[in-house]
Amino acid sequence: MTVAPKREDYDVVVIGAGPAGLAAAATSAEAGLSTLLLDENVGPGGQVFRAIASTPVTDRNQLGADYWAGADLVQSLRASSAEVIHRAIVWSLDRNLEIAVSIGGASAFVKAKRVILATGALERPFPIPGWTLPGVMTAGAAQTMLKSSALVPDGRTVIAGQGPLLWLLAAQILRLDGRIDRILDTTERGNYFAALPHAFAFLTSPYFAKGLSMMREVKAKVQVVSGVTELSASGDGQLASVSYVAGGKRETIPVDLLLLHQGVVPNVNLAMSAGVEHRWDDLQLCWSPVLDASGNSTIPGIAIAGDGAGIGGASAAVVRGRIAALAAVEALSPAAAAKLPAMATLRSDLAKAERGRVFLDTLFRPAPQFRIPSGETIVCRCEEVTAKDVLDSVAIGATGPNQLKAYRRTGMGPCQGRLCGLTVTELMAQARGKTPQEIGYYRLRAPVKPITLAELAAVPKSEADVKAVVRG
Amino acid sequence: MTKNVDAIVVGGGIHGCSTALHLCLAGLKPVLIEKDYAGRHASGVNAGGVRQLARHIPEIPLSIRSMGIWEKIADLVDDDCSFESHGQVLVAENEEELAVCRARVAELNALGFTHEELIDATELRRLVPAVAETCPGGVVSRRDGAANPAQTTTAFRRKAEQLGATVREGIAASNVRYGAGLWHVDVGPETFAAPVLVNAAGAWAGKIAAALGEPVPVETVAPMLMITSRVPHFIDPVVILRGRKLSFKQFSNGTVLIGGGHLATPYPDRNETVLDWKSLATSARTVFELFPVMRSASIVRAWAGIEAKMKDDIPVFGPSSRHKGLYHQFGFSLHGFQLGPGAGAVMAELIVNGGTQTRISDLGIDRFHPSTL
Repeated sequence: MTVAPKREDYDVVVIGAGPAGLAAAATSAEAGLSTLLLDENVGPGGQVFRAIASTPVTDRNQLGADYWAGADLVQSLRASSAEVIHRAIVWSLDRNLEIAVSIGGASAFVKAKRVILATGALERPFPIPGWTLPGVMTAGAAQTMLKSSALVPDGRTVIAGQGPLLWLLAAQILRLDGRIDRILDTTERGNYFAALPHAFAFLTSPYFAKGLSMMREVKAKVQVVSGVTELSASGDGQLASVSYVAGGKRETIPVDLLLLHQGVVPNVNLAMSAGVEHRWDDLQLCWSPVLDASGNSTIPGIAIAGDGAGIGGASAAVVRGRIAALAAVEALSPAAAAKLPAMATLRSDLAKAERGRVFLDTLFRPAPQFRIPSGETIVCRCEEVTAKDVLDSVAIGATGPNQLKAYRRTGMGPCQGRLCGLTVTELMAQARGKTPQEIGYYRLRAPVKPITLAELAAVPKSEADVKAVVRG
Repeated sequence: MTKNVDAIVVGGGIHGCSTALHLCLAGLKPVLIEKDYAGRHASGVNAGGVRQLARHIPEIPLSIRSMGIWEKIADLVDDDCSFESHGQVLVAENEEELAVCRARVAELNALGFTHEELIDATELRRLVPAVAETCPGGVVSRRDGAANPAQTTTAFRRKAEQLGATVREGIAASNVRYGAGLWHVDVGPETFAAPVLVNAAGAWAGKIAAALGEPVPVETVAPMLMITSRVPHFIDPVVILRGRKLSFKQFSNGTVLIGGGHLATPYPDRNETVLDWKSLATSARTVFELFPVMRSASIVRAWAGIEAKMKDDIPVFGPSSRHKGLYHQFGFSLHGFQLGPGAGAVMAELIVNGGTQTRISDLGIDRFHPSTL
């Protein structure tokens, strides 16, 4: 069933129904603000709590207690007056807080007094030789299948990469009797020493005990190769084998499925296309929006919460969602704000939830050779541009990602740079001896997700149609 | 410290880059100053139309001059600029529009211009098989085509630098002043001095002209464009409509560019534009009606470039009417890309020889300010 937004104007529009968006929308609606929550998925939860209201995996141990915490968030959202629309693809947001959203193949426009972006994270590109072969997929995609449909791998499977999500996915696959032949851990040995000064905070964080028991659970059942320094996939039109180097020794194994993961990065496309200023985060190696302590961006009225504000994990995302919503309530309905938990309380909750993050960021900082490819390795999948192509363009004068478009069309395909943007920035920065901040990022343009010409053609006419126009 | 050069060109669009390049070819050493990077604005993000078709009569001689350069563009800049010549077709959607086309072609012929040619429904269908059955004809300019604007502007900039132009990008020209027979312009900590100053600053050129005592009726606009996903090849020429606001082009990779002059809101101080999706929907409706083959294509991206539009829709081109050594080259009013190569060549002739064979007399700033020189 498809439902268009009930109104043209809302006090608060929240985009994304993951942990941050669920918390923000419930808080805002409970305070009496007219609230619309728009979400791309078929149900609430985002990636962390994907299919929380519908998963066929009902044994609570299999997905873990952290997953089921999402059910409470959904409960409070449903108890509130927030209007919630799923399968709603927001394809444009501008600095006037005009939102264009596609719902069931028809587009509608709504205007907000405040927008809270809770668009979450994307998996970091993992551009190794052969990463575009059928049979290679991201861990996140595998997890989506697992949570939505209880599907797990049954062929010869290798998981490669690093980070908390990699271990979580491995544990979940094993609990559902899926097959994992080997885990190739690409964590750099030096990272353990670099992370040590931050270990105390981590030891007292909730991640520690959970992370440790999960790794123990996985290591008891699967061969784990650590210190992997080189990785490639090969096959003739289809993945056939994975080759890696660990401890100076190369090994090649036949596989049917390779799952890649080296952490997540903020999903910045909608915020950037609206004109929100972002800066390069040297620890998390990604672009993060410039925000104040309440999550307000450089564009008045647009706040960002959750992993889209910088990776912080699900617990932090919930608190950031509440903080952004409280800031909106304080601005639009100060009397109602008095009834909500105080900002100071939320900020101390956030500090608690973020404890141990620096340790994780330092430990799981991906190695340069897995971020910055060379030679014939594909960088831009949409336009099939290799690392060498990018370097050749730099040599004849391309100075940054936007200039590179003129030479190679990188970032101009349907993915709008989601799969190549970070790689292109870091590759060009390295080649030109500049920082990623100096090199910059693609200027992103709406529609942030493609819409059909027919859908755009069906948008109702406006007075602008009769305005004088000129020919280009 | 002041650096002496032969000419200072302000603005790294196709016009500034082309003028810098042609000055180099004439043996001069210019500096090219661009506040962002070459091709950042309208010159790099326009529809790429290389069009003599449907031009204002005063700029036709410049357009024809430019066309000759486009046809040998690789000889000039060592880059093909992805220039392809499959003609441009103006479609009349009904008999009234066709009558206007007929009168226009007759007028051009009387003036001695033959590049526009009236076509009937049969020839229109041959050139543009996908066009709706109801269209009775139109006009074709067969030598016209399209190029990649960012690639082109970048190629002009690169070649100018190779031939000895100094290029400064990322810092705006400031403190423009005249003294002791030389123009002085600051670029951050540097100062350049030259007997010649070319104002080719696009959307920002009106301010420079006004500051030098030559205000002109110019506004800042941002025409919108959108591009689709790849669709099977179905059209060669660029198509524009006589009545409705649409231009339409399919690239060799299958993507289709849809433009036509609907405007976004420009914020030139922030280098930003805010798109008007309801106007873009109008373009989408027109395409939907005329080219059924396009209906299931996706819109992948939309954008707008910031540029200058004159009240009378023709550029300001030629020497200042107040200051010796100052030349204007701006206000191309949404149709400057094709003119860039020729305008640079003519501007270099004006600067170096004091005159040109190409008729540009109706384009001067003296149409707003009687000359005081």
